[in-house]
Amino acid sequence: MKSKKINRYNLKALKKKFEFWATNSEEGGWSISSTDEGSQKMLEVEDEKKVKIQTGTEIIDDFVVDEDSSDDERMIINMGPQHPSTHGVLRLQAELEGEIVRRVKPVIGYLHTGMEKTGEELNYFQGPTNTTRMDYLSPLFNELVFSLTTEKLIGIEVPDRAKAIRILMTELNRISSHLVALATGGMDIGALSMMIFGFREREHILNFFEKTTGLRMNHNYIRPGGVAADLPDGWQKDIEDIIQLIPEKLKDYDDMLLDNPIWKGRLQNVGILTTEECFAYGITGPSLRASGFDWDLRKSQPYSGIEKFNFDVPVLSEGDVFARWRIKVLEIFESLKIVEQVMYQMPKGPYKIQDKKITPPPRKRLDESMEALIHHFKIYTEGFKVPEGDAYVAIESPRGELGCYIVSDGTAKPYRMHVRGPSFCNLQGLPIIMTDSPIADAVAAIASLDPVIGDVDR
Amino acid sequence: MNTEVITISSEDYKETITNIKKDGFQMMVDLTAVDWFRKREPRFELVVQFLSVSKNLRKTVKVIINDENLSIPTITDLYPGANFYEREVFDMFGIEFENHPDMTRILMPDDWIGHPLRKNYGSGRIPVQFKNAPKVD
Amino acid sequence: MFTPDNILTTTIDKAVRWSRTQSMWPVTFGLACCAIEMMAAGSAKYDLARYGMEVFRASPRQADLMIVAGRVSQKMAPVLRQVYDQMADPKWVIAMGACSSTGGMFNNYALVQGVDHIVPVDIYVPGCPPGPQSLMHGILTLHQKIMDGEINR
Ligand code: SF4
Repeated sequence: MKSKKINRYNLKALKKKFEFWATNSEEGGWSISSTDEGSQKMLEVEDEKKVKIQTGTEIIDDFVVDEDSSDDERMIINMGPQHPSTHGVLRLQAELEGEIVRRVKPVIGYLHTGMEKTGEELNYFQGPTNTTRMDYLSPLFNELVFSLTTEKLIGIEVPDRAKAIRILMTELNRISSHLVALATGGMDIGALSMMIFGFREREHILNFFEKTTGLRMNHNYIRPGGVAADLPDGWQKDIEDIIQLIPEKLKDYDDMLLDNPIWKGRLQNVGILTTEECFAYGITGPSLRASGFDWDLRKSQPYSGIEKFNFDVPVLSEGDVFARWRIKVLEIFESLKIVEQVMYQMPKGPYKIQDKKITPPPRKRLDESMEALIHHFKIYTEGFKVPEGDAYVAIESPRGELGCYIVSDGTAKPYRMHVRGPSFCNLQGLPIIMTDSPIADAVAAIASLDPVIGDVDR
Repeated sequence: MNTEVITISSEDYKETITNIKKDGFQMMVDLTAVDWFRKREPRFELVVQFLSVSKNLRKTVKVIINDENLSIPTITDLYPGANFYEREVFDMFGIEFENHPDMTRILMPDDWIGHPLRKNYGSGRIPVQFKNAPKVD
Repeated sequence: MFTPDNILTTTIDKAVRWSRTQSMWPVTFGLACCAIEMMAAGSAKYDLARYGMEVFRASPRQADLMIVAGRVSQKMAPVLRQVYDQMADPKWVIAMGACSSTGGMFNNYALVQGVDHIVPVDIYVPGCPPGPQSLMHGILTLHQKIMDGEINR
């Protein structure tokens, strides 16, 4: 059968049409006359101040508006709990006047998991499984604080190697947590590449975690009496890779954002939190340090042998969103310093305490010794008993002071387990930094406080 | 690091906290409660942690709360950061704070009945059925 | 080469099913730890965009798939149901993680013991948290399910 060709597009006609568009003449041909210089005037010479404002080195408006208006111009909007930029399921009720936020009330509890109640049902050996799921961006810190509190109640010291491993893992965790904070913070404000960058770098650290603990998140690796397993063979190589790679990539972030006038104009002088406000509301961590107060529990009340390592505490004085963003980048560098030192000074020895009542015997021994089998069985069914008393231990998590308060009544399960989540407290700063600024800055403010709702609601 | 622990009764609460603030404890870092159901009389104990950043000190205050009226003055006027914590304790234990600006439930829904962290409140565990479970096809 | 002259014969069924799988837009419903893994699945290394799924929609009206990533509390349950009701048909639900599938390790007063108490679930992805690979496997299984299933649901 002979098929008839349907010519839908008359190419010749099309070409002619196109030429008319391109040259604005029926004749066709591609001889476009040279540009008229006069139609493109050079810009006027700008004075220095204007240039500075344009490049973002000088910021003029603070966006704080405080004129009064009548009540009927106000309206209440609801943000969340299902909202992409509220970092989970935070809900905000904001009273707006035009574009300006006048009052804010955070409504929380949408992720309340009853972990404190569950914690009373699990014994001390199972406890980290529960606590690790609170602040899911820094799970190892939660395990660490629970283990430290339990160890304080029993009155034991873990071996040096266990301490060093704990520091190594938690500092790596601080880096990965800050990377997520930078990534999601960037995305909220519109720097979408930041999202891809941050998660890309985080993968390297998570790979190491997966190798060591078996899981990417929620590790249950740090347990009372030491850590669950020794570091894998060839871990130095992985750490070396991380130490090499992350600073290079951080340079990319700086290139992209540090001198970026849009980024600066968007963040500088926005959402200022002063030191006094931090004290009053109990806000700790990067937010406190960004407001110009040098306070880091790693220096002032060191835990797990971190005082042996050399590092600085970055402090900035502005207290705005930009400073809170900047300080996270700087803290990653400091954490890398610690990681590097731990790598070279890793002590030899056991990675958990050699008390058979508290840590299970190695799997090998179960086949050989009846006694080991009994201890193993006892620990996994009953756990170990902890003397009566109560203890509060605090460590510096990526978000601030992470505390754990345990009351023991002499049995194998905590009588009361309470975790002081830093995000819970930091969230109270949100109304202060959001009021009297435009609604567009709200997302920047939330992102800068970096609340993790799992930690808020527990 | 040693923490100073003091135990007081609920009448002295406000005064003690005022003095603690004067002593230079800038931050109230934690406020929670413990339910000593059938173990101690009176039943509830409030545990408040303070931190002095200038002196690098910690202080724990334990407050024994009367069983009769389960209420205690608020400290939000001294430490505004106590706001969320007091609401949490109210939600979880049912201890009221007098003159608190917004004494409502914080974590549980508003219409929830009961205070979950009390010892006589069951954990709500649904037992997992392994044997004789109804067949699903 | 694709010129306008070509004709493809298929059944309406297949065409509809195929088009449904090829760009399925999820609604952002990140709740807890699993949400971080969902975000990781969407970003550079795992790259959900390969399946035409990188557009996480903030508005349920524009989404076909709800990935319930994380634990659903009693307070969140009504919100979740409302978001599900707002989604336009046809719609699918993936329960990601132990918590949203069964309540996970938190068998207590605060959590809904499995999101299937409130919305119909198509695929359960196990794990705590499920890695991005598991989530992708779940998504591909859902695609398979759509390809094999009925078109009017
Ligand atoms: S399944 Fe595990 S990782 Fe997922 S929300 Fe539940 S506790 Fe978190």
